[in-house]
Amino acid sequence: MSALAGHYSYWITIVLMVTGMYILVARGNLLKKLLGLSIVQTSVYLLYIAPAKLVGGTAPIVAPGFAVYSNPLPHVLILTAIVVGVATLALGLALVVRIREAYGTIEEDEILALDGGDEGR
Amino acid sequence: MLEHLPALQVVLPLAAAPLIVLARSARFAWLATTAVSYLCLVISVRLFWQVAEAGPVSYAIGSWPPPWGIEYRVDALSGFVLVAVSLTASFVAPYAQRSIAAELGEERQYLMYAMYCLCLAGLLGIAITGDAFNLFVFLEISSLASYVLVALGAHRRALVAAYQYMIMGTVGATFYVIGVGLLYLMTGTLNLADMAERLARVDDVRPVLAALAFITVGIGLKLALFPLHQWLPNAYAYAPSMATAFLAATATKVSVYVLLRFYFTVFDPAPVFERLPTREIFVALSVAAMVLASLVAVFENDVKRLFAYSSVAQIGYITLGIGVDNQASLTGSIAHLLNHGVTKGAIFLLLGGIALRLGSGRVTIGALAGLGRRMPLTALGLVVAGLSLIGMPGTAGFITKWYLIVGAVERGWWWVVAAILASSLIAVAYVWRLVEAAYLRPAREGAAARHEAPAAMLCAGLAMVALCVYFGFDTTFSAGGAAEAAQLLLRGLR
Repeated sequence: MSALAGHYSYWITIVLMVTGMYILVARGNLLKKLLGLSIVQTSVYLLYIAPAKLVGGTAPIVAPGFAVYSNPLPHVLILTAIVVGVATLALGLALVVRIREAYGTIEEDEILALDGGDEGR
Repeated sequence: MLEHLPALQVVLPLAAAPLIVLARSARFAWLATTAVSYLCLVISVRLFWQVAEAGPVSYAIGSWPPPWGIEYRVDALSGFVLVAVSLTASFVAPYAQRSIAAELGEERQYLMYAMYCLCLAGLLGIAITGDAFNLFVFLEISSLASYVLVALGAHRRALVAAYQYMIMGTVGATFYVIGVGLLYLMTGTLNLADMAERLARVDDVRPVLAALAFITVGIGLKLALFPLHQWLPNAYAYAPSMATAFLAATATKVSVYVLLRFYFTVFDPAPVFERLPTREIFVALSVAAMVLASLVAVFENDVKRLFAYSSVAQIGYITLGIGVDNQASLTGSIAHLLNHGVTKGAIFLLLGGIALRLGSGRVTIGALAGLGRRMPLTALGLVVAGLSLIGMPGTAGFITKWYLIVGAVERGWWWVVAAILASSLIAVAYVWRLVEAAYLRPAREGAAARHEAPAAMLCAGLAMVALCVYFGFDTTFSAGGAAEAAQLLLRGLR
């Protein structure tokens, strides 16, 4: 039980990651796949941030009376990772819009069927 | 000025991209791209010599000393990769003008150049940085740019290919970050050299092994390690010609560099290769790639897809060297980063010219009929580059296979030697299909008489073919530089 309670942030990370991966693999809707991808990325944010926070820790500014500080580096790293994630999501959504314009659908199987038709070798 | 070369190597293409977008002119974009590509080549060659003469170059970004700040570090391996990438760029840039003008509308051309510059900056950044997280950022800069490059292809399937590439690539990058996160939790540092030192003192090995697994799979997706290569054939087949040539020659190679860097300099080589069956896994997957992907290529009708599958097989040769894991095989692997880059780059540059004259993005084997008379120089170039894929003596491909076979023989793995020869024979089969179509089949009726590709495109392609032959005879840079790099990697083992 203590392994479960003491490391609950890791368990949430794992659950989020597996959920995202499942959506990515199991769903044929291009938009839902992007959502799955975002959930996987979010789980990584948690993986970095959670261990960096100490109970009772303050912002890392040297001041009298404070001895325990949270580690600022993972927070900064994840700020960067969030920016990368947003850029990826934006590009993914743009591609989905273009795919819908070109095919009239965003279901993977229908797209494959549409392209199978005009193979034209 | 000279001491800032490592920073300039990345900053130049990175700064060129927004300037190109602001200028909104295809002509300025091309000039800027070409200038930046050549400057990058000059810088990387100069850094390579500096490393060869005076040892590794370390550059502290913002004057924050490592391991606190981000360190740019050029050693024998990264110097070699920098030269390989910028060398390809210097051939692709002059080619780009005619090719992009033919394939894209005027209003989108400058954006393609901007994406190309970003991609170049990202790839050079991956090779030069000495910081695990900075590497992730560059990995994503180059990957996001290459998704856009693929999506700019003329056929609507380019969009789907780019989407699939994006999903697989992002999963790969995310896995890499998970791996780095675990390593950071265990060591408290992101500087690669510092991380290697601290990892040796870590007692709890399990998170480190998990990190190794995540990084292997993540980077394996990026470098199209068999069977994680599904994104590659469509992405190469439907991207604009210039993007295919550039990505095929550089993107997967730089990912291999990341793998080499982590395996041999960060993870203490002993636990990597002794605690897990890494060697066996790599040899098995590589041999599967070399044989199976080549077989698929034999039956492929679309020439760009054919060579994309051939790329998967050739990446198999590169990872085979990691699995065999000795001085000769690693020399072969690293030399193949350059040799295969030059060969495949040449092939896709020439195919771009053929596609332009055919007037369609798709080049099928049937469409090549009579090519030997219609475009004699292009056809000749394709054949020579094809021989380099097969590994004929006198071409770059032979040098690689020689070192790989020597490495396998040293280990006494004769079946690996047999697999290399079998894969080469299958390569003969798919290259022969092209030769047969180009020289032995009569041209279709109504096909134009002799009509070569535009001079700029033809020259760039043939110059790269010439490099294939050059690196088949003079191996001072290719195999010599690779041997230095392999020695650097293996120093950790002893």
